Amino acid sequence: MSILVDKDTKVIVQGLTGKTGTFHTEQALAYFGTQMVAGVHPKKGGETWSSGLESAAELPIFASVKEAKDATGANASVVYVPPAGAGAAIIEAIDAGIPFIVCITEGIPVADMVKVKARLDASDSRLLGPNCPGVLTPEQCKIGIMPGSIFQKGSVGIVSRSGTLTYEAVFQTSQEGLGQSTAVGIGGDPVKGTEFIDMLDLFLDDPETESIIMIGEIGGSAEEEAAEWLKEQAAKGRSKPMVGFIAGRTAPPGRTMGHAGAVISGGKGGADDKIAAMEDAGIRVSPSPAKLGKTLVALLEELKQGA
Amino acid sequence: MNIHEYQAKQVLKEYGAPVAEGVAIFSADEAEAAAKSLPGPLWVVKSQIHAGGRGKGKFKELGPEAKGGVRLAFNLDEVKSHAADMLGNTLVTAQTGDAGKVVNRLYIEDGADIDRELYLSLLVDRTCGQVAFVASTEGGMDIEEVAHNTPELILTLPIDPLQGVTEEKASALCDTLKLEGEARADGMKLFPILYKAFVEKDMALLEINPLIVMENGRLRVLDAKVSFDGNALFRHEDIVALRDKTEEDEKEIEASKHDLAYVALDGNIGCMVNGAGLAMATMDIIKLYGAEPANFLDVGGGATKEKVTSAFKIITSDPNVQGILVNIFGGIMRCDVIAEGVLAAVKEVGLQVPLVVRLEGTNVELGKKIISESGMNVIPADDLDDAAQKIVAAVKEVA
Repeated sequence: MSILVDKDTKVIVQGLTGKTGTFHTEQALAYFGTQMVAGVHPKKGGETWSSGLESAAELPIFASVKEAKDATGANASVVYVPPAGAGAAIIEAIDAGIPFIVCITEGIPVADMVKVKARLDASDSRLLGPNCPGVLTPEQCKIGIMPGSIFQKGSVGIVSRSGTLTYEAVFQTSQEGLGQSTAVGIGGDPVKGTEFIDMLDLFLDDPETESIIMIGEIGGSAEEEAAEWLKEQAAKGRSKPMVGFIAGRTAPPGRTMGHAGAVISGGKGGADDKIAAMEDAGIRVSPSPAKLGKTLVALLEELKQGA
Repeated sequence: MNIHEYQAKQVLKEYGAPVAEGVAIFSADEAEAAAKSLPGPLWVVKSQIHAGGRGKGKFKELGPEAKGGVRLAFNLDEVKSHAADMLGNTLVTAQTGDAGKVVNRLYIEDGADIDRELYLSLLVDRTCGQVAFVASTEGGMDIEEVAHNTPELILTLPIDPLQGVTEEKASALCDTLKLEGEARADGMKLFPILYKAFVEKDMALLEINPLIVMENGRLRVLDAKVSFDGNALFRHEDIVALRDKTEEDEKEIEASKHDLAYVALDGNIGCMVNGAGLAMATMDIIKLYGAEPANFLDVGGGATKEKVTSAFKIITSDPNVQGILVNIFGGIMRCDVIAEGVLAAVKEVGLQVPLVVRLEGTNVELGKKIISESGMNVIPADDLDDAAQKIVAAVKEVA
């Protein structure tokens, strides 16, 4: 088992014909044969996309998401469309009834995401991102831009607002021999499709996920909300060992730190409040981003000895 | 992107919001003519800098007894003397830091007789993903303090994008602000106007503190602070034209030209990292080992050799930098590209301070080889922990 995606996930690519879309589609195909089934381009419907790889894979291009879905039976879409058109691309996927949409694009205007969010809330689709690295289930499916080489099949569920810190967590858990069930980047934007709670809920349900690493950062209150939710779940007997990290302890207030959502504003969104809330929910928060794997191993060891 | 108060008021005026008449000036010679063009008999002379707390701020050059950055003038001579006093001097406020900001522009505005001061702002509420109004009767003071001490006096009201500001929502705002009579009628008109301006212009924050009820019972926008969503500037040429680069850090302007996310900080260890989260975490770990980062710098996921070179140059142009930490986890980004970029930069600008490089991910062996065979005086590191300890130690040794 895993969450969100597995070997049966069929993915269409919105923005396949661009440089970024082409590169990452090749990488996805090369990663245990992720089922990339079609591309979408409003003006290139009927054409064929060719991979530059030895496999010489080819994908049909359709003029709309609806056509692509009807022709291929796709149940997921990944969006590489540039920022100005990405919001509209997500809405097209929602309207076509794609159940799972992943948007990698960084730099979408917040106002566009407010519109997307309103449409999303009135639909059955799930959106991951935008401004995220995507999702990867080892040896089954890779949607997005995560480097497949650092993954190892295993038991840790990873959820993070940051792409490169996701890679740190993946790399370290691979080095410790724990491996990952699924790794999910929820993205660094202030308005997004998926929050921590959505993913934690799936990880708690997933039998292959034995422990969880949650990586947050300054800005907003999603970490505090997740901590509160985890406490409620634990009271119902639903919990798994968790390690956490919050980036941005040293960030000055009022400055946006790269991610559009990473800003301490109005005295809110600072790292200390988040760390305190997570620790209060029983999460072992690592002070160092270099010790995520080791902290988790130590925690699991303690639990084993305690049991 | 931030703009000045007078520019914000101009934008709001175009949408029909009630603002006082005013004139922006760049030199003291213009003060008298500006004041004469306004009705009087009361004027307000306001420093235009991108920071709040101007009224309570102090001018570095004028001593502690001098008045602040927002002053009342009861005759034309006072307007002139205030203007001469303020222009070209450095205003230090709670938000500028100790260095303060040089006042290059003033706004001469028609005065108002204030009955009540209110607080009103619009922002994007992240929890619900909607634009929200924040309103309070406690205007004219620090809203963070109000939120801390008397949260019950603040209303946060999200607006459904499919419905806009309904009559019901506008009424709720009027109730919270205790608006009656003409002020209430003004409010019912003003709230939809502000929402429209916020959405159409892709604002990130619109703060009116205070919004006033005048003695004649009407509403007026007395102060306005507006910032815009940097990601939406591509569709607002008129807003981009309002940018005042003298308000920005030179290194940050240079970085934005190269599409690098850079924030100048006060420490002495320069950082070059890929990914915003890892860049923040790198700053944190430097602090964890007892030193301070000189900057935040995210070279991005798809950085080229040129981008890396530019980033390196910006870091070394900061005179406070006594050591540099390059921390790359190459997912999309290849470590050999990073290594070549660093090499090219060092060749161009030289290397006067210790440099620690930590590479991981795609083509890591090739990247490490390029660095080790370059003959450069680079300290290699195995992981982030190792890298942070090494650069902190190296900087301490030099100092």
